[in-house]
Amino acid sequence: MTTTATRPDAGRARAAIAAKTLRTDRWWFPPLITFVGLAAWVTYATVRVFMHKWYYVDEFHYLTPFYSPCITDRCVEGSAEFGTPLPSFWLIPEAAFTLPFLLLFRLTCYYYRKAYYRAFWLSPPACAVPDAHQKYSGETRFPLIFQNIHRYAFYAAGIISLINTWDAIRAFHSGNGFGFGLGNIVLVGNVVMLWLYTLSCHSCRHIAGGRLKHFSAHPVRYRFWTFVSKLNTRHMLLAWITLGTLALTDFYVMAVAADWFPDLRFVG
Amino acid sequence: MGTKRHFRVWRGDESGGDIQDYDVEVNEGEVVLDIIHRLQATQTPDLACRWNCKAGKCGSCSMEINGKPKLGCMTRMSTFEEDETVTITPLRTFPIIRDLVTDVSFNYEKARETPAFAPPAGVAPGQYRMKQVDVERSQEFRKCIECFLCQNTCHVVRDHEENKAAFSGPRFFIRAAELDMHPLDARTDRKDYAQAEQGLGFCNITKCCTEVCPEHIKITDNAIIPMKERVVDRRYDPLVWLGRKIFRRDQLDEPAHAGAVPSVHTAGTPFTQARPAEGARVRDDGRMDVAELALPTQGGPSPFGDDQEFPLPLDHLNYTPPPTEKATEKDTKGH
Amino acid sequence: MTTRIERHHYDVVVIGAGGAGLRAAIEARLAGKRTAIISKSLFGKAHTVMAEGGAAAAMGNVNSKDNWMVHFRDTMRGGKFLNNFRMAELHAKEAPERIWELETYGALFDRTKDGKISQRNFGGHEYPRLAHVGDRTGLELIRTLQQKIVSLQQEDFAETGSYDAKIKVFAETTITELLLDGDQVAGAFGYYRESGEFLLLEAPAVVLATGGVGRSYKVTSNSWEYTGDGHALALRAGATLINMEFLQFHPTGMVWPPSVKGILVTESVRGDGGVLRNSDGKRFMFNYVPDVFRKQYADTEEEADRWYDDPDNNRRPPELLPRDEVARAINNEVKEGRGTKAGGVYLDVSTRMPAEKIIKRLPSMHHQFKELADVDITKQPMEVGPTCHYVMGGVEVDPDSAAASGTVTGLFAAGEVSGGMHGSNRLGGNSLSDLLVFGKRAGEHASAYVDALAKRPKVATADVEAALDVALAPLNRQSGENPYTLQQDLQAVMGDLVGIIRRAGELTDALKRLQEIKQRVTNVGAVGGRRYNPGWHLALDLRNMLVVSECTAKAALEREESRGGHTREDFPGMNPQWRKVNLVCSLDKSGDVHLERKPLPKMRGELISLFERTELSKYLTDDELTEFDALEAK
Repeated sequence: MTTTATRPDAGRARAAIAAKTLRTDRWWFPPLITFVGLAAWVTYATVRVFMHKWYYVDEFHYLTPFYSPCITDRCVEGSAEFGTPLPSFWLIPEAAFTLPFLLLFRLTCYYYRKAYYRAFWLSPPACAVPDAHQKYSGETRFPLIFQNIHRYAFYAAGIISLINTWDAIRAFHSGNGFGFGLGNIVLVGNVVMLWLYTLSCHSCRHIAGGRLKHFSAHPVRYRFWTFVSKLNTRHMLLAWITLGTLALTDFYVMAVAADWFPDLRFVG
Repeated sequence: MGTKRHFRVWRGDESGGDIQDYDVEVNEGEVVLDIIHRLQATQTPDLACRWNCKAGKCGSCSMEINGKPKLGCMTRMSTFEEDETVTITPLRTFPIIRDLVTDVSFNYEKARETPAFAPPAGVAPGQYRMKQVDVERSQEFRKCIECFLCQNTCHVVRDHEENKAAFSGPRFFIRAAELDMHPLDARTDRKDYAQAEQGLGFCNITKCCTEVCPEHIKITDNAIIPMKERVVDRRYDPLVWLGRKIFRRDQLDEPAHAGAVPSVHTAGTPFTQARPAEGARVRDDGRMDVAELALPTQGGPSPFGDDQEFPLPLDHLNYTPPPTEKATEKDTKGH
Repeated sequence: MTTRIERHHYDVVVIGAGGAGLRAAIEARLAGKRTAIISKSLFGKAHTVMAEGGAAAAMGNVNSKDNWMVHFRDTMRGGKFLNNFRMAELHAKEAPERIWELETYGALFDRTKDGKISQRNFGGHEYPRLAHVGDRTGLELIRTLQQKIVSLQQEDFAETGSYDAKIKVFAETTITELLLDGDQVAGAFGYYRESGEFLLLEAPAVVLATGGVGRSYKVTSNSWEYTGDGHALALRAGATLINMEFLQFHPTGMVWPPSVKGILVTESVRGDGGVLRNSDGKRFMFNYVPDVFRKQYADTEEEADRWYDDPDNNRRPPELLPRDEVARAINNEVKEGRGTKAGGVYLDVSTRMPAEKIIKRLPSMHHQFKELADVDITKQPMEVGPTCHYVMGGVEVDPDSAAASGTVTGLFAAGEVSGGMHGSNRLGGNSLSDLLVFGKRAGEHASAYVDALAKRPKVATADVEAALDVALAPLNRQSGENPYTLQQDLQAVMGDLVGIIRRAGELTDALKRLQEIKQRVTNVGAVGGRRYNPGWHLALDLRNMLVVSECTAKAALEREESRGGHTREDFPGMNPQWRKVNLVCSLDKSGDVHLERKPLPKMRGELISLFERTELSKYLTDDELTEFDALEAK
């Protein structure tokens, strides 16, 4: 079904339009806020991870997710639930086993890829706006071909979400029995959002049932897939919400740990 | 009743061209394609522009309006400010022919290279059995009207002409996904093909194809990413490998099967005139379909003719009951 | 400006790349013939995509009582017994196979619970019969056939190394003339729309599948391609047209905003409580209830409104009268000056139902008006008017082989361009299955015809030169008349005078005006060059539209009765004598349209026996009924 390719004198040149883009809307705005948002978050997270303090409130068992699980020698008493196999060198974060995977999970996430390819790499900054690069090979070769390991990162993120869940549960056990304060709400809220974000992952959707050829032969997985698919449509929203709740949780724990303000206690 | 509005339209061909200015009357409720038609009818009879259905169903009038890839027939003038200048240019990604018409043969060549549907062996026409839940995913992709806006907006080829040879574009990723998810497609190498021949890896999921799709097909989320995941499945996933070993199950390469079959069907059931009359069919809400209501008699045309009264007078019946012992007059009167 | 002409040799040339054309091409290629497909627009954009409802085929998936005989009866009834019975029979018998075949090409229809093709109800069909995919069945059909052609090309590629070895698509190409060798088709002459270059396809068999003629009307649901090219090509090649007076108008097409003029508004809007009002705000349908319907239809608004909730104890609102009555009423309101500025009337649901209910009941309509027209039907009324939808008439063909009648051989026709199958009125859903059934037959018999030829007909150089001159003429008259103006004038004549309701006086007037336009068309000009010049293209299409319009007007004046898609105000009833007659249109050497009467083929005994006498008595003459009685008595 060729059309013009066979025609002898069909020109091959594209339309000569001088302007790089004729878009008249503020197309640069979404990548800009993405850039600002992500950069701010990364800065905050980096600073916090290498602070090595104010990450644990022993009284209420609040542990910030940035330091969970705490596994270096430096870990304050009560914060290390899973042993302390690592030495305390300032470059090693307390959560050295989890942070790389979390970073990987978000870095290879199909939503974040879109966000930073657009906002940071400008490839392309917005639809129908030219790519800032001369050459483009996408994710076909090293290093970007490693975006395909998102699946592994998802499995790791599942395990880490379990640990975070444990942290949140443990926080209900303060000093002498059951306790419940604003910090618990923050921690639980964060964990719920983390789960939603993790479950709404495209890889999860695929594993849940997306890979099946016949849904009708697997009714349970089909229902699970339907559920994940619904979450998946909000993956971007959840990605931003969890950035927010992570930072908020961390900040809250930091503030309580540093005694900037006391935890608002309801019980215990 | 119309107002004069300012338009800029790219005119030219492969030897060059520029954006020219026009003042055109715009009436309430019009779309950009109407303006182009008015231009043709009043000022520039030779302004080249493709169009067909004017209802967003054929995907012919793809163009770039104020720099955004859109269908001319689906872009209402009311979406612009009263004094806004509207700039109309041809699709950038394809070679220009003239004015707003581009040579989209790239897409047809890629279509021709994508392996077609492979019918399952041993299933006769009429015996295909598929469940609605199994066909729904593929049906979404078959909504595609081939406007090629996704192909045009994809930066992989839009900004990098040299990638055209190795990259098929979103339109054909959804075609690959459609066939890979087709419950009866007999090929199992669609994923490999998408990876190796179509250049699935070039896509960096910046989602512009989904943004411009006039049919609102979730190209990235429902086709490209699942295809990428399927490729991963096949090549790298340790759990899948483990699952296969342990459960001896291989859903990935699940062969096409026809489901519960057979009952060979040729051309309807045997005809019988002694078919019992039926009530009018109603919709879910208990109402009759209006198409039937619109008929002079309710309940659709009677198979017995509109003015036949029942019961039929006995002497008009051409039914002779089979000679059984119990055949009484009462039986014949029934049905 | 060069006048180089590209030459190609094919066995079968299929003009038209809609459903019928593609199906014919597939069949010709399967028969081993080198096949060319001529597509006026891009490949896969054909007007077939606009079909929404479905394809009628008596598969019996939903109701197992359905079979070809019931389908046959429905079709004949719908066409008011003017159908070519053999075509209706073949259509009903073969449609299921054609649909099933599509599944082997990769089509994905909606499914029933047990996994078969789902079928839906439709007006005039006794059982649920329409295979469908949501409301985009036409798109599914065209895409499936397109992909089948690609798959065949891939086979050829594997075999020969060339995709185009046996089947080639000429996209954006228009055929302007068929070339003959004596009475035999020898080739087709046309131009590439993109480059304006000319091409000559030498082929002994040509299949016409060019669709309809709606573009001659002001308000139509048809696209620009529907200029009656196939009809005109056939006429000029010596074939004949039948039933050209029968055009299907839908009573409610959108008329405002202008961008969507003609697009259909589904009948459910009225069924769910939509009412028609004129510009005075009056619910005018109460004035248009014919006497025969008085008993079934309400005569006060109160009673009509009660009907929606209690249909048993109230009579129906008059908005639900049959299509032609509604169309006639709207037409009259507009003619008497009570229409909207855009020439329609108001169809209002916004004041009848709460917004949520409208969105729930009429989602697609809500969406259609919102997306296409920026009209919120929950707040504003819609503006509607009759729209030209389908032409029942077309090339007279042999029912079995789809070969065109008349003096020419080697010419075949299928789909909307052929006539006879639908009689005086087409049932919804029958067009898609018609495309497949007769598309296949046309391709098959065109191939057989080529096989049987002892000697290939030759194209005469003089004919090519003449065709070239005709095609170039508008460009040589840069200051000639504007083709767009001419088209508007033609549309005005056809829309106003040969529209939905016809009168002898107006038809005579129309014929006179068509003659005037014909004179002006000989002087039509096109500015610019040959490369993708829409003005030039239109100038060339005009003469096709004109000759077909003339056929329609002449036949409409001749047929002095009202039947199906032909309504004469001066002859309001059906006349059994006229049922026996087809009006056959032909063209003489000087380009004048001739009309003659031809008896309708007589239905075979076993087919006519499928009907009840009471029903037949409404259509047949007394003589025919006597004959029927004799047959039944046997």
